[in-house]
Amino acid sequence: MKPHRQKKLGIILFIALGLSVSVGLILYAMTQNINLFYTPTQVALGEVDVGQRFRIGGMVKEGSLVSADDSLQVRFETTDYVHAVPIQYEGILPDLFREGQGIVAEGTVDVAGVFHASRVLAKHDENYMSQEVKAALDAAGVDTENHPTALVQPES
Amino acid sequence: MIPELGQFSLILAFCLSILLGTLPIIGAARNNVLWMSLARPLAAGVFVFLGLSIGILAYAFATDDFSVQIVAAQSNSLLPMHYKLTALWGGHEGSFLLWTFMLSGWMLAVSIYSKSMPIEFVSRVLGVLGVLCVAYILFMLATSNPFMRIVPLPPADGSDLNTALQDFGFIVHPPTLYMGYVGFSVVFAFAIAALLSGRLDAAWARWSRPWANIAWAVLTIGIALGSWWAYYELGWGGWWAWDPVENPPLITWLFGTALIHSLAVTEKRGVFKSWTVLLAILAFSGSLLGTFITRSGLLTSVHAFATDPTRGVFILGILGLAVGGSLLLYAFRAPLMKSEFGFGLVSREVFLLTNNVLLVVAAASVFLGTLFPMVYQALTDDLISIGPPYFNFIFVPLMIILVLFLGVGPMSRWKRTSTAYLFQQVAKLAIASLVIGVVLPLLVLFEFSLAATVSVALAAWIVLTMGKDIANKIANKDSVAKGLRSLPLSYYGMQTAHIGVAIMLIGIGLTSYFSSERSVLLNPGESVELGSYSFQFEGSEAFRGPNYIGDRATFLVSRNGNSLPSLYPERRIYLASGTPSTEMAIDAGFLRDLFITLGEEKEGGGWTMTVYVKPFIRWIWLGSIFMALGGTVAAFDKRYRRLRQRKSAQEKEQLGALQPTAT
Repeated sequence: MKPHRQKKLGIILFIALGLSVSVGLILYAMTQNINLFYTPTQVALGEVDVGQRFRIGGMVKEGSLVSADDSLQVRFETTDYVHAVPIQYEGILPDLFREGQGIVAEGTVDVAGVFHASRVLAKHDENYMSQEVKAALDAAGVDTENHPTALVQPES
Repeated sequence: MIPELGQFSLILAFCLSILLGTLPIIGAARNNVLWMSLARPLAAGVFVFLGLSIGILAYAFATDDFSVQIVAAQSNSLLPMHYKLTALWGGHEGSFLLWTFMLSGWMLAVSIYSKSMPIEFVSRVLGVLGVLCVAYILFMLATSNPFMRIVPLPPADGSDLNTALQDFGFIVHPPTLYMGYVGFSVVFAFAIAALLSGRLDAAWARWSRPWANIAWAVLTIGIALGSWWAYYELGWGGWWAWDPVENPPLITWLFGTALIHSLAVTEKRGVFKSWTVLLAILAFSGSLLGTFITRSGLLTSVHAFATDPTRGVFILGILGLAVGGSLLLYAFRAPLMKSEFGFGLVSREVFLLTNNVLLVVAAASVFLGTLFPMVYQALTDDLISIGPPYFNFIFVPLMIILVLFLGVGPMSRWKRTSTAYLFQQVAKLAIASLVIGVVLPLLVLFEFSLAATVSVALAAWIVLTMGKDIANKIANKDSVAKGLRSLPLSYYGMQTAHIGVAIMLIGIGLTSYFSSERSVLLNPGESVELGSYSFQFEGSEAFRGPNYIGDRATFLVSRNGNSLPSLYPERRIYLASGTPSTEMAIDAGFLRDLFITLGEEKEGGGWTMTVYVKPFIRWIWLGSIFMALGGTVAAFDKRYRRLRQRKSAQEKEQLGALQPTAT
């Protein structure tokens, strides 16, 4: 092989090697960081392992919100109108968190079936419904088209 | 009647852009000077009519014409005037009109500042941009007409601008981001024009470089503004969330960064031509992808506009045609793009290639992480999300390697550099950087952290190698001042942008690991400590704003007993929509930000709240300003101007040839 061909081949091999290593790393990192999404029914029926991190989405059950007077503890239930899951959260709820509206929470579920949220996302606009909540309600057979509430995630 | 004039003006712009997208390109192919000379006036015409159209829409917003659908949906009679005007881009239709208007603005700029280029080339560039205009305006007319009326009964008042958008950031972030985004269409058009003509030479790279630099600089500022706005408006102290709508601008920016480096090699050395063209296509595709993601209803977030599937399909069509078409053309022309010169394995060419590979891999990983959940959902119907740890895991190591090369690259020589020379140049600097990285954070923060050490060491590495490089370059000159004056403007641009990287690195490293926050419930008179800062809650009082009511709390802030400016966070309820909103209070500083967000009021006047201390966070945006400044300075290098003077004579000759045909 001529020297300049050899050099070209060297560069191509170098790039190919670099690319395959990085694709491998990307896929590895991705499988490590996927958060699955579950509906309240799936969680209530025990389809999720205790301690596994995931997202849950549904409506905030009317009259379920209890916030402590002397701490940041809040407790509410999220529902797809078939099953409800109690959620425990310590912190400040988003601006648009309200009973009867959709939320998405990220965290783990304990043995007693209580969901411990590390993050609660609420809708950011009246007109939109997050895909997660819509999917949860669809799965439970609730008519989302005529449901008045909706949400999006407050991420920028 | 007036909104219909806007609509009419939009249709006229459409007709003109059809002419612009066809005649000059055909003229260039057939060497018809008359047809080619139509490119500039047509570009100006499209600009004027799109300007008229957007002006009329702005007038409808200013005068509260709620018979226009998007005015009714996005504005309200109580809104202050500056938000009424900017509510124009608070929704899908208006923002797309702004996007297209920006494109025509870039077109006008190209037609004015292209006197140095041959007329065939200019007409091809403007022609390609004209084709894009056709697609965009057709999209508006067919699926998202901004002048749609509500007949026969318009509402008495509008339903208000999304309260999260009623902020200064909303006035500046979208136009800047769009301008940067659309600027890459220009670079794309240059690449396509070069492919069409089959002449990819150093001249093409020289013509594109200033445009690529400016587009990149504006995009840098646009992204930084978005990050800054999200930081203070959304109120959870983050400056980057790896959200699916933040990512496409970043992808475009990474491709753009690779592009401006690769263009340098193509201009100076005549190599990497096909790679540079490919990057121009990729950067442009990134900008279209951003539009597609936010407008197709694929995801829901603050940025996502109403979800109408036909729009998604239409944009996907534009995306497919533009990307597919340009890649096809690329494949046909690729054999023409032969490198003129060779280069050694250790050379500036290879260092810049490494820069490109790293940036492209970074862009690809962001792309995968962004699209994977959407593809996964389409295939399996299961919903997943990919969290920030994924992006950090990939991104941080790539950027560290990139910065290591950033130090060596400018010092190396074109064609071939001896490894021994490079080693002798940088060995001491590497050790010095490491020492600075370990010692400096300890002195300032009294705390050891790997992140601080790595980021400070890398920043020191950039600054030290830069100092060494400048010293080397002016070593043979009579005096330092003379030496500094002899360096070209583009060199200063590059170094300014690289200093920006160093500043940003320090900001990211320190703010990521030394930030602290605490959520508490305080009654009036109580206080909370965070680090050496103390925040005393004095109480809250109700007040009334122009279109909202709210509570304003007062906090006395002190550090080690010395009092600092008081902070007044607010909690508002907007009257038109009834939506609550938190206005945090920030005490911004060069070395740290303090800020407070209010939660909710408890019985007895207590409030829940979160207090934050964010060291060095401003440096992230300061770094972006330096980068953008560097990109702009480099675009004004003498050699681009010299070219203009030389070529203007040639232009006159061509115009002379045109006169007889035209009369």
